[in-house]
Amino acid sequence: MKYMLLIYTPHDSRPTTPQERAATMPAWEAYGAELRRRKAYIDAAPLAETTSATTVRAHDGKRTVTDGPFAETKEWLGGYYIIDCASLDAAIEAAAMCPAAKYGSIEVRPLVEM
Amino acid sequence: MLGDIEAAEDAIQDAYLVALERWPREGHPKHASAWILTTARHRAIDKLRRERRGREKAERLAALEFGAPPRDPFAEDREMNVIPDDRLGLMFACCHPGLGVEARIALTLRTLGGLSTEEIAEAFLVPSATIAQRLVRVKRKIRDAAIPLDVPAPERLPERLADVCSVLYLIFNEGYLASAGDSLVRRDLCDEAIRLTRVLAHLMPQEPEVMGLLALMLYHHSRRDARSDSDGRLIPLAEQDRKLWDDTAIAEASAFMERAARHQFEGPYQLQAAIAAEHARARELGRVDWERIAELYARLAAIAPSPIVDLNRAVALGFAYGPLLGLAALDAIDARALETYHPAYVARADFLRRLGREAEARDAYAAALALTQNARERAFLEAKMLEAGASVTPRDDERDSR
Repeated sequence: MKYMLLIYTPHDSRPTTPQERAATMPAWEAYGAELRRRKAYIDAAPLAETTSATTVRAHDGKRTVTDGPFAETKEWLGGYYIIDCASLDAAIEAAAMCPAAKYGSIEVRPLVEM
Repeated sequence: MLGDIEAAEDAIQDAYLVALERWPREGHPKHASAWILTTARHRAIDKLRRERRGREKAERLAALEFGAPPRDPFAEDREMNVIPDDRLGLMFACCHPGLGVEARIALTLRTLGGLSTEEIAEAFLVPSATIAQRLVRVKRKIRDAAIPLDVPAPERLPERLADVCSVLYLIFNEGYLASAGDSLVRRDLCDEAIRLTRVLAHLMPQEPEVMGLLALMLYHHSRRDARSDSDGRLIPLAEQDRKLWDDTAIAEASAFMERAARHQFEGPYQLQAAIAAEHARARELGRVDWERIAELYARLAAIAPSPIVDLNRAVALGFAYGPLLGLAALDAIDARALETYHPAYVARADFLRRLGREAEARDAYAAALALTQNARERAFLEAKMLEAGASVTPRDDERDSR
């Protein structure tokens, strides 16, 4: 069973300086290593800030392109992991270990097998 | 004979499992109960074949045709002999924290309690379409998100068990809050919750909090015949005819409390049961030990802080040491936390009456009345308000406290 972990974090929680970023790296690396050790890791990526986001619609043949994310919220989607787990319980365990779970929230969504 | 019925129970349980897995995916069969029976029969046949115990077993297959209905007077004795693992895993799945609380309740009653969708709807006073939809959605989530039908890993067991206990207690309370005028199904929820908790206590015999929960339910349940008069009006604990209390239930509750105490782990259910036990004990003591109850509430507040626990502690303090102290304890609770909780106003009104401050008491009763829709409770409060208006001396009232 594949799940996507969508990592939502508060706007002000992302490290701003290279030093700050470097300080958070070991935790993320350890997390990735643990997922691999559990043979759960499939894919992951951080997302650039929402200030770089562009929202596109093509409703009724009319294309609209707007600046910014689809919805302004307190927390924003900062990255994702795709993992393979035996059950939701295992996915919850994996989500709870994520460094961002300490200050943000992790949405666990099963992938639909096509 | 017993063996046949056990086999039937096993098979029906298996069939529910299959249903839980398959129905959301393939849609509900037109004749659900017939489907269950057919599947159960097939499962039982498979099982008996696997066991290869010879020809006499074939006779048992015939007995399956007359298999026990899910709920009958002897169900409880048999419950204890059915293969435990399946039901335990199902319980944990039904009460999974990834499911909404209302869905957990409906699913538990449907899957483990064997209640029909209509019965669940009647018990919770909602349209059966709502329950049906809730069940479809929750089974879909169990399937789509792959919620396991297993006992959780040991490191997660305490919190997951607390989730199961909380669902069972919610079911019990729903039945307990129903009164004589309400439908039988509603009141039966208490029996159902007790039955399921008994099963859980049997399947997890090392868990003191499960025993505590069972004892708590049994103590409350022991007063079911004394709680309301022939018109269905609520009778407060102090005014109940204690001869109507169910001694068997009380004795059983005490036995579970003793067993739980051996584990030397004090949890919220055991503490609540200990409080309920004090009221049961009052019969022999001739008085309620409010000092001890206040102390138990303080211990409960320490492990499970809640403004409602603080309120109950204030009431106990008021009975133990007088209304002035009770009122002070009530005032110490953050007022916002209890703003819409009518029992807080009832407690305040009672303290004020006992202090002879009738006008303020009437205001507090009025505030409580404005917050409750329950007809019986309203009648009770209106009567109290009248009493407060009819200048009842505070002395008379003090009787409640002893």
